[in-house]
Amino acid sequence: MTIAAPALPAIKTRQPSMFGDFCRQQPLGAVSFVVIFAMMFAGIFSPLVAPYDPLEIDFASLLGAPSWEHWCGTDAFGRDICSRLIYGSRTALVIGFTSSFAGSSIGAILGIASAHFGGKIDDWIQRFVDILLAFPLIVLALVVVAAFRKFTIGGVDVNLIVAIAIPIIPRVARVVRAAALSVRVMPYIDAARAAGYSPTRIIFRHIAPNVVAPYLIMLTAFIAQAILAEASLSFLGLGVTEPTAAWGLMLSGNAADFYRQAPWMILFPGIAISLAVFAFNLFGDSLRDYLDPRFKV
Amino acid sequence: MLRYTINRVLLMIPTLLGVAVLVFFLLRVVPGDIVEIKLRGDGGSVTQETIDMERKRLGLDRPLYAQFGTWMVGMATLDFGNSMWTERPVVTEIAGRLELSLQVAIMATLIAVLLAIPMGTMAALFRDSWIDYTVRILTIGGLSIPSFWFGMLIMLTLLAFFNWLPPITFTPIYVDPIANLTQLIWPALAVGYRYCAVTARMIRSSLLEVLSEDYIRTARAKGVSEKLVISRHALRNALLPAITVIGLEFTFLIGGLVVTEQVFNLNGIGQLFVQSISRNDFTLIQGMVMLIAAFYVLVNLGIDLLYAVFDPRIRYNA
Repeated sequence: MTIAAPALPAIKTRQPSMFGDFCRQQPLGAVSFVVIFAMMFAGIFSPLVAPYDPLEIDFASLLGAPSWEHWCGTDAFGRDICSRLIYGSRTALVIGFTSSFAGSSIGAILGIASAHFGGKIDDWIQRFVDILLAFPLIVLALVVVAAFRKFTIGGVDVNLIVAIAIPIIPRVARVVRAAALSVRVMPYIDAARAAGYSPTRIIFRHIAPNVVAPYLIMLTAFIAQAILAEASLSFLGLGVTEPTAAWGLMLSGNAADFYRQAPWMILFPGIAISLAVFAFNLFGDSLRDYLDPRFKV
Repeated sequence: MLRYTINRVLLMIPTLLGVAVLVFFLLRVVPGDIVEIKLRGDGGSVTQETIDMERKRLGLDRPLYAQFGTWMVGMATLDFGNSMWTERPVVTEIAGRLELSLQVAIMATLIAVLLAIPMGTMAALFRDSWIDYTVRILTIGGLSIPSFWFGMLIMLTLLAFFNWLPPITFTPIYVDPIANLTQLIWPALAVGYRYCAVTARMIRSSLLEVLSEDYIRTARAKGVSEKLVISRHALRNALLPAITVIGLEFTFLIGGLVVTEQVFNLNGIGQLFVQSISRNDFTLIQGMVMLIAAFYVLVNLGIDLLYAVFDPRIRYNA
C-alpha cells in the first residue's frame, strides 16, 4: 500500500523583481531611467523618430525659429535642429557608453589585480594610477586626442572613445581596489584558499562578484562624465566633426555667432546635454543608494 | 612632522617624472607632428625636403631618447624649451596668460566656497526638508550642466537684457578694476557653479556623517547650545574633507577653463592649451601638462600637510 502524498497546493512564489524593487525604493532613479530609456529609444530608432534627415540642407529656411514644421527651429544651414538632436543622442550614447564601459572595465581589472596580488604589482599600478589622476578628465582626454589624432571605424570616432576611456581607468581602479581590498580579508576568501582553489578561480568567482556593485555604480556615473566630455571635446572642435550630428558640436563654431538671431541654436542642444548627463548622474546616485548605501564616489 | 614633510615632498618626484615620461611618449606614439600641420595645414604642396629641413630645425629628427634627454635636462634648469609654433619660450607663452586664468580661478573659488558652505550646511541641518531638496537639485544641476553651455546662457541673458557683449581685450585688475571685474565675473560664475555643486555635496554628506557621531550627542547631552554644537563640534570636523575637495577641484578648474575661455573669448591658459593641442605643438603641450601636474601635486601636498597638522595620527604613522 502506498500512501499518496497529499498534493501540495501550488504556491506561486513571486520572485521579488529587482527592477520593481528599485523603482519603489528610488522613485527619482526610476524617473531618470525613463529619460535614459527615451534617449536610448531615440538613439536606436533615430531614422524612424526624426522628422527630417539631420544632414539635409534647406536654404529656404535658414535660422528658422521653432515652429510646427521645425519644433526646435533650424540652424545656419537650414538643418532641422530637432532631428539633429535625435541623431545626436546616438553619438552621445555610443561614445558615452563605450568609453565608460571600456574605461571602467579596464579600471576594474587593474583595481582587482592590484588588490589581489599586492606587493610590487600593487605599487606599480598605484604609481600609474597616481600619475593619471594628476589631470582633470578633460585635460587628459585632450592630450590623448592630440596623441592619436582622428581615427574612425565605421563612422564612430575611435580616437574619441580612447581619449575619454583613458582618464576613467585610474578613477575606477582606485575605487575598485579599495572595494577588493575589503573583500580580500573576508573569511570566505580564506576558506576558498584553504579549499585549494586557484587564484584565477578566487579572483573570478569570489572577489569579482563582490565588487560588481561599485563597478556598476562607477560605470553609470562615468557615462554621464563621458557624455559631458564628448560634448566638451566636440564643442572645442577636437571631437566629433561636421556634418555628424553631435550635441557639443551643435554649440560650437557658428552657433555663438547667432546669439541674437537664433538663440534656439544654443538652447536646445544644451538642454539635451544637461538632461542626459542629469539622468545618468541621478541614475548612478540612485543605483548607489540601492546597491550599496555606504559607498561614496 | 619634519620627517613626514620631507617624505611627502620626495614622493612628488616620481609622480612628476612619470607624468613627463607619459606625456612625452604619448604624444609621439602615432607618427605625424607639428611640421605637417604648419606647412601643409593650408593645403599648399610642400616638398618632403622642406619638411625634413623644418623637422631638423625643430630637433624632431633626433632619436626619441635624445629629445627626451634634452627636455629633461632643460626642465631641471627650469628651461621648458620654445613653442614649436610661435618659437617663443614656453614660459613666456604661459606667463602671458596665467594672470587672467588665475584670476578667474580665484574668483570662481570664492564664489563656490562662499555659496557652498551655507548651502551644504543648511541641506544637512534640514535634511529631507524643502531646503535639502532645493540644494540637492541645484547641485545635481551643477554636475550636469556643462560649464560652457552655462556660460553661453549667461551671455545670452546679458545680451538680451543689457545688450552686453564680452569685450575683446582683457583689462588687468590694476588698470581698471571695474572693467576687469565686469568682464571676468561671468566666466568665474560659469566655472564656479560646478565647483560650488561638488563642494556643497561634500559638505552636506560629511556634515551628515559627523552629526551622527557620539561626541555630538555628548555635546548636546551636556547642554551645549545647538548653535555651538554645529559651529564648534560638527562643522569644524566636517570641513576637513570639504577642504580636500576644494583644493582638488581648484586644480581641476583648468578643465572648466579650457571650455569656458572659449565661450567668453578669453585668451587664457585654457585657450592656449586647446590651441597647442590642435596645432600639435609638442613642447607647449608638454610644458602646460607639467604645469598642471606640478600644481596638482603641490595642492595635494598642501592638503596632506594640513591633515597631518590637524590629525596627529597621520604624521606618526607615516
